Amino acid sequence: MSDQSKQAEIVRQSLKRRYRKERRFRAYGIIAIAIALSALVVLFADIIGKGHSAFIKTTITMDVDIDGEMMYLDDASDERQMKMADFVEPLIQALMREIPGAGESDRDAVRDLLNPYASNQLRDALKEYPDLLGTTQTMELLSHTNVDVYVKHAGDDNYSIKLNQQQREWVDQLVEKGVVDTSFNDVFFSRGDSRDPSRAGILGAIVGSLLTMAVTLVLSFPIGVAAAIYLEEFAPQNKLTDFIEVNINNLAAVPSIIFGLLGLAVFINLFGMPRSVPVVGGLVLTLMTLPTIIISSRAAIKSVPPSIREAAEGIGASKMQVVLHHVLPLALPGMLTGSIIGMAQALGETAPLLLIGMVAFIVDVPGGFLDSATVLPVQVFLWAGSPELAFIERASAAIMVLLAFLISMNALAIWMRKRLERRW
Amino acid sequence: MKLKTAIASVAVAGSIAALSTPAMARDTISIVGSSTVYPFATVVAERFGSNTDFPTPKLESTGSGGGLKLFCQGIGTQHPDITNASRRMKPSEFDLCQSNGVEDITEFRIGSDGIVIASSRDADNLELTLEQLFLALGKEVPSPDDESKLVPNPYEKWSDIDASLPNVAIRVMGPPPTSGTRDSFNELALQGGCEDLPAVADMDEDQMESVCQSIREDGAFIEAGENDNLIVQKLIDDDSMYGVFGYSFLEENSDRLQAATLNGKVPTAEAIAADDYPVARSLFFYVKKAHVGVVPGIKEYAAEFTGVGAMGPNGYLKTVGLIVPPRDALMDLQDKAENLPNLSKDELM
Repeated sequence: MSDQSKQAEIVRQSLKRRYRKERRFRAYGIIAIAIALSALVVLFADIIGKGHSAFIKTTITMDVDIDGEMMYLDDASDERQMKMADFVEPLIQALMREIPGAGESDRDAVRDLLNPYASNQLRDALKEYPDLLGTTQTMELLSHTNVDVYVKHAGDDNYSIKLNQQQREWVDQLVEKGVVDTSFNDVFFSRGDSRDPSRAGILGAIVGSLLTMAVTLVLSFPIGVAAAIYLEEFAPQNKLTDFIEVNINNLAAVPSIIFGLLGLAVFINLFGMPRSVPVVGGLVLTLMTLPTIIISSRAAIKSVPPSIREAAEGIGASKMQVVLHHVLPLALPGMLTGSIIGMAQALGETAPLLLIGMVAFIVDVPGGFLDSATVLPVQVFLWAGSPELAFIERASAAIMVLLAFLISMNALAIWMRKRLERRW
Repeated sequence: MKLKTAIASVAVAGSIAALSTPAMARDTISIVGSSTVYPFATVVAERFGSNTDFPTPKLESTGSGGGLKLFCQGIGTQHPDITNASRRMKPSEFDLCQSNGVEDITEFRIGSDGIVIASSRDADNLELTLEQLFLALGKEVPSPDDESKLVPNPYEKWSDIDASLPNVAIRVMGPPPTSGTRDSFNELALQGGCEDLPAVADMDEDQMESVCQSIREDGAFIEAGENDNLIVQKLIDDDSMYGVFGYSFLEENSDRLQAATLNGKVPTAEAIAADDYPVARSLFFYVKKAHVGVVPGIKEYAAEFTGVGAMGPNGYLKTVGLIVPPRDALMDLQDKAENLPNLSKDELM
């Protein structure tokens, strides 16, 4: 009797300690989550803080006299004349008119406010509408990157302003007059890469990513699903299939750069496929995503309850009918979810593409599977390594675009699981 | 039924994608090579693409050695047409090219680049001789007590080497061994400061090279990867740190960084072009002549690169930091772009 009460006493005394222990244990969990969340917040704050300004462009809007005499051009439909014409002069003249204090000796300083490619804008306009020659047009031209940096980041220690004192005063005046203005950076979403930060865009990388992903999806999904169905439904249980299963799991853990090496050796050196093209990129990423898709598809097939199979077999369905009519449709949402997550992983991959030449400077937006292309994470990598400071904000902006793609892909996966998955 | 057609169409699309890939004609120039030449070549490529009807060339930054290896792999459109290099082609690379059928090559020397040792503007600027630089960074240096004996580098502070240098720990960030910048730094700066030291002066060439071009591994020299922006960022954050990189990065960040003088010379564009600054090197690109006429625009690209608009005294390459060649050298280059003379092995020896 006294023994029992003694034991109860011991338990009662230790109770407090045990509660404390539990509270501590819970606190550890909360701290872990807080660390993860704060890392995420810091990351996002840094990227958005650095990158948001890349979505704004600086333009110069002014009336340009498209004067043939000034440009040595009297017929804009004549190709030879167009080649030799001076498209910069009218722009300099127009900008000089907007800056009252600028004299003839300031020409070079004034020219340096204009984007080096601004004259191409005038040339392309004339190429399309030769009748514009001799008229005065209001044109919106891109400013020089230095002006862009000054307008957006004056006073920011992380950026060095490359304009001299006089140019800064001019720009301040022009901003006040409304000639120099900022607006949404549509250039960023409508062009390929460029060495001039204010003309650089991510459309080329987005299209490259989409083409590469298309190849990856078209190849890896059917192959992965077929492999999973065979292994799960038809394959005999023996040492060989065990061996295959172990190796599929191993393959999922192989560093992605190895697949790049394989792609270089097999697709490019052996089959003679061209470098830097989405087809090869897609093939390499297919190899990388296949194990993920096979594993998730097998899990999805396994989760279809045996009662469904048995019922189908009970009314006389063949093995193939059971698989195609019942198991596959029920497992498909799970397979799709796994594939989307595999694709999202492939979308963020850079290392294997390094070796097959997709880390390259490519200006033209790719038009097909055999055009040279880069992908979004590669674009981030290239811009982050550029000497021009204005590329830093563009790299961060490209990260934001990439994150938006990844988040929407993951959201799609979650939505599909919620909508389509059947609970048993 | 629907599922079957879906699967079938996916399979058809997949096989089309797989079958349509055999090596085919390419109409875009493919350029590989040095990461130092890359910022200049990309600007030329973009201008070339926007001012002519040819598509914009594709550029990969593979490093000088990697570029030459790809370039020399053979003739055919799966191989690059042009490679950039921040050093001259080695005779062994020339042999590799020859043995793979890449026989006719034209070499273009397109100007110079200097390697600088920079620090934040708030730091003590260094005024070094090449010898002091080697003593600071060499793996084995002459002992401070006995000049003829080599010992593992004992110097911890700059002021240990010479009292005139700042009293801060030696910490230098620089490029990794895969980089052409590192090759040139080893060859021009370290070996330049080391070969006249009494302890190594009598060594044979190989031995001297291995002593002079070994950088200390005790943490004083920090390898920073190919990302020069990272080095710049670190220098600005840390006043006691020094960094090694190409002149164009110094120019881009000139209001935040200052450069150490070497042998009393300040790295300026003029000093580098005149070979006055001791750590200056030439930049090159090589054209595969067998591809001229097969891939459209190669000759025109070479002409654009060597034109006055690009490399003249007011050319656009100058504004991105290339130290352009003097006028008569430029005229020679333009002749080369016109005639594409063959490179011979004797020139490389």
